[in-house]
Amino acid sequence: MKDKIRIASGQGFWGDLIEAPYQQVTKGDVDYLVMDYLAEVTMSILQKQKNKKPNLGYARDLPPLMKRLLPVCKEKGIKVITNGGGVNPVACADAILEEALQLGIENLRIAVVLGDDIKDRMDELLAAGAELKNMESGEPLKEYKDKILSANVYFGALPIVEALEKGADIVITGRTTDTGLTLAPMIYEFGWDPKNYDLMAAGTVAGHILECGAQSTGGNFLGDWESIENFAEIGFPIAEAYPNGEVVVTKHENTGGRVSYDTVAEQLVYEIGDPKSYITPDCIADFSSIKLEDLGDNRVKVYDVKGFKETEFYKVSCSYSSGYSAIGSLTYSWPKALTKAKRADRILRKRLENLGLQFEEINTEFIGYNATQGPLSRELDEDLINEVMLRFAVRANDRATVERFGKEIAPLILTGPPSVTGFAGGRPKPSEVVAYWPALLQKTLVEPHVKILELK
Amino acid sequence: MKVKLIDIAHARSGDKGDAGNVGVIAYDDKGFEIIKKHLTTERVKKHFEGICFGEVERYEMPNIRAINFLLHNTLGGGGTVSLKHDAQGKILASAMLRMELDV
Repeated sequence: MKDKIRIASGQGFWGDLIEAPYQQVTKGDVDYLVMDYLAEVTMSILQKQKNKKPNLGYARDLPPLMKRLLPVCKEKGIKVITNGGGVNPVACADAILEEALQLGIENLRIAVVLGDDIKDRMDELLAAGAELKNMESGEPLKEYKDKILSANVYFGALPIVEALEKGADIVITGRTTDTGLTLAPMIYEFGWDPKNYDLMAAGTVAGHILECGAQSTGGNFLGDWESIENFAEIGFPIAEAYPNGEVVVTKHENTGGRVSYDTVAEQLVYEIGDPKSYITPDCIADFSSIKLEDLGDNRVKVYDVKGFKETEFYKVSCSYSSGYSAIGSLTYSWPKALTKAKRADRILRKRLENLGLQFEEINTEFIGYNATQGPLSRELDEDLINEVMLRFAVRANDRATVERFGKEIAPLILTGPPSVTGFAGGRPKPSEVVAYWPALLQKTLVEPHVKILELK
Repeated sequence: MKVKLIDIAHARSGDKGDAGNVGVIAYDDKGFEIIKKHLTTERVKKHFEGICFGEVERYEMPNIRAINFLLHNTLGGGGTVSLKHDAQGKILASAMLRMELDV
């Protein structure tokens, strides 16, 4: 057994710094690279891509990235774990194998975790008694069934552990919890018992610290952010894990950013609910038990984490189609920029009303004045306001209504208040609104399985 | 005496469906005593009037001198549906730190 492993975070979301994974495997020693690509909305986008082309539906950045990473990872023995497989992890693995083949790489084993995609099993699951009630509204899924775009359960670390046991160099999953990507190599390398819930929780907390990339190494830090050095070359986090469950969060030397008590603490509270009950498929972690110790030199020890037995349910994330929206904007300048923008808002609302258009919602915000802090925004002497952007957003059930709205923005330039500009982008286009349906499903109704693809 | 929250604490916020989460972290023990006593559910609900239209949940994390708040019915229907500029509640943390506490 190794006496420690170093797990590097390479992506905090799909769209994160493209150079980060390469830096993580080249700027210092690591054993694993973990990359989270999937946000809730991502799954529905990927499903749409797969509907159009059956060999798509995964994070398309991944194969070209792996082409760059593979020679380094092969040479150094770094394993890669990612949920970038989206709704088509096998196609993703095939595309990576193709890149590897072209590079002349031999002896490569890619494991694919399958079974999370339950979109085509809806009838069967509902017949088996699963209600898939919306966790927020309590509504049963039945009536929305035909609008479902994607449906996936969140698997935890264990299917990835199985993949590693089968000798995988790369593990590609569909919907897996962000935390499971980091916990899995700890279970595998240290032989942790999945019933040792304190250890499961320790790895889960490490995963939470890594899952948003540089958000734990000084990025988006709201404390003394001006003291953070070299954002331009910010280092992504690395979890140095020990068999007893202690983890030191750090980053490579000669990178920017900072790992300190404050930057790690701020990530701990990110997107959590009841800190005593952070629920994953692997355990329930108690975030109020976590101890942090700043060791200096960009090293923070995370220890004493308590955990409890996992629940009998998987979380399910379904997406369904819920109308259309569009956003139009125009910029008004001094003098009386805000007054002009507010007048334009009233004119636009009146014109939409005169057209008899029915919207589910209209929302106006004034960027430069109240768009980020709403009623908490300070009143300003209008003479001090240089410019205001009117941001006008609508949502409706049918596409035509939203499309018609899009034609009402540009006319305001010549038919409303003066000193207005900023319409270079053309008419705002309707985009499909994808709503999200969180639910729970008995674990016994879903079975993860691991498929191996190989280059010999 | 008035204390500006931004002088004694930092914070981070994000989205959980239509709820926003704001974790407020005191810089030291003295700051934590102040927020523990004065940063109440009622005070936060009042601060976010016109922003948060639902229940406010409050959880203490003395291990890192923090209090986590869940602000329900805050994000205009949640990440993908919301028409708000800040659909994911990223700014709620800064908005929270605008608060002044009577100590």
